[in-house]
Amino acid sequence: MPEIEIMTADQLRRALNRIAHEILERNAGDRAVALVGIQTRGVYLARRIAEAVTEFEKRPVDVGSLDPRLYRDDLDQAARHPVKPTEIKFDINDRPVVLIDDVLYTGRTIRAAMDALNDFGRPSSIQLAVVVDRGHRELPIRPDYVGKNVPTARDERVRVRLREVDGEDGVVLSKVGEGDATRS
Amino acid sequence: MRRVAEPRENQSALWAGPRRDVLDLDDFTKAEIEEVMANADGMKEVLGRGVRKTPALRGKTVVTVFFEASTRTRVSFEQAGKILGADVINVTASASSVTKGESLLNTVRTLQAMQIDALVMRHPHSGAPYFVARHLDTPVINAGDGTHAHPTQALLDIYTIERLRGKLAGKRVAIIGDILYSRVARSDMIGFRKMGAEVVVCGPPTLLPPGFVPGSSIPEGTPYEGVRVVGRVEEAVDGADVVMVLRIQRERQDAGHLPSLREYSREYGINSATLGLARPDALLMHPGPMNEGVEISSDVAHGSQSVIEEQVANGVAVRMALLYMLCARARNGGS
Repeated sequence: MPEIEIMTADQLRRALNRIAHEILERNAGDRAVALVGIQTRGVYLARRIAEAVTEFEKRPVDVGSLDPRLYRDDLDQAARHPVKPTEIKFDINDRPVVLIDDVLYTGRTIRAAMDALNDFGRPSSIQLAVVVDRGHRELPIRPDYVGKNVPTARDERVRVRLREVDGEDGVVLSKVGEGDATRS
Repeated sequence: MRRVAEPRENQSALWAGPRRDVLDLDDFTKAEIEEVMANADGMKEVLGRGVRKTPALRGKTVVTVFFEASTRTRVSFEQAGKILGADVINVTASASSVTKGESLLNTVRTLQAMQIDALVMRHPHSGAPYFVARHLDTPVINAGDGTHAHPTQALLDIYTIERLRGKLAGKRVAIIGDILYSRVARSDMIGFRKMGAEVVVCGPPTLLPPGFVPGSSIPEGTPYEGVRVVGRVEEAVDGADVVMVLRIQRERQDAGHLPSLREYSREYGINSATLGLARPDALLMHPGPMNEGVEISSDVAHGSQSVIEEQVANGVAVRMALLYMLCARARNGGS
């Protein structure tokens, strides 16, 4: 099945820089905002956004990673891949926390991630940044920062590719065969 | 020209095989063992949290049935299940209808009729969990059967060694003590060999299984293939990366296997002198409960090389990983 490139490496880089600026703008008056990436690709995206924030502001930003697998509502699917350790080595109480993920689809991963985050503390607010919002929400969840809105069909698949995991940067859209529909 | 790397997320899970039960390690592949350990990493992080509770197995029921005394293994499974959010019901044989003469099969059939999601079982008879697994649809985890197997102990031993010292492949593990009656020794030998370790065992000739002749290696075609048997503890420990000390049960003396515990201690006991023959960074392990002053001296049992408490903590993480993986698959109909 042919893949359609919907973001180039350059477009992805600019989108992440813009999201970094927006996060800073929105959280200017608050206690230092913290970034938490959702496994797997969200973790690398959070690090990249953190690097951008550090570059703009000349100060470090707390960045962590979170695996919501143990909080999902589909145990059989969730357990198909190993649970990774969550690493939040800073206090998340009373400060804004931005969850970062690659693709926002049904919203179920984000629901699980918010539940997981609650076990680590009580942030003053939880915000959401994603590279692609592809629609088809099944829960009342919306992103605060979006790289690109991409209208999709359910039998399509959006993949954010990152050099750390996939060897290259970019976002592609493809059709999936029956029975191959994975949620991302 | 774009080079497209296949995302790792899309590769089929290793755990996609037909596994329903954990009865011993002989039917595990190395990849499966590694997947259990990868999950245990995630579980271990949960153990370090302020809130040690997740909803992963919410609504699931895990039953532990122990037909034999145990503290650490039963508590370890109970804690593992509860941290994952499952309801855990402990049945001890002495307080159940087993004392009224109910058969093993009827006892576990009754439990299955109560819609349980996993059965953790310890039994004094080798093979009992296999018999139960054949008759139930529920996943069965062997928590120790007679002198046969203790797979979850072996998995936590592998996990403890690999996370502290890296891959077992090429490492030298010495197992000292009652090899004949030890289910831990059997599962450890199988597991360590699968991971590529060199395994040396040593114990009194009366406590070695048939075919384990000092000065020889176990031939091909058996699960213990390649295990080396030596007669002197000094030879076994020499240059070892890991020294695994097994519990000597006092009953062995009564049964005539040992002249005296004191003699055992003198000939095969691990103390600072014998441990000193291993590599300087060697890990000292023991599946517990220890008889300090018999198979292991108190100073090394609580010394800097001892990782015995680490084994206990890792046991909870490894059992969480197994419960999680088995419960997920059971509901999935095995697809």
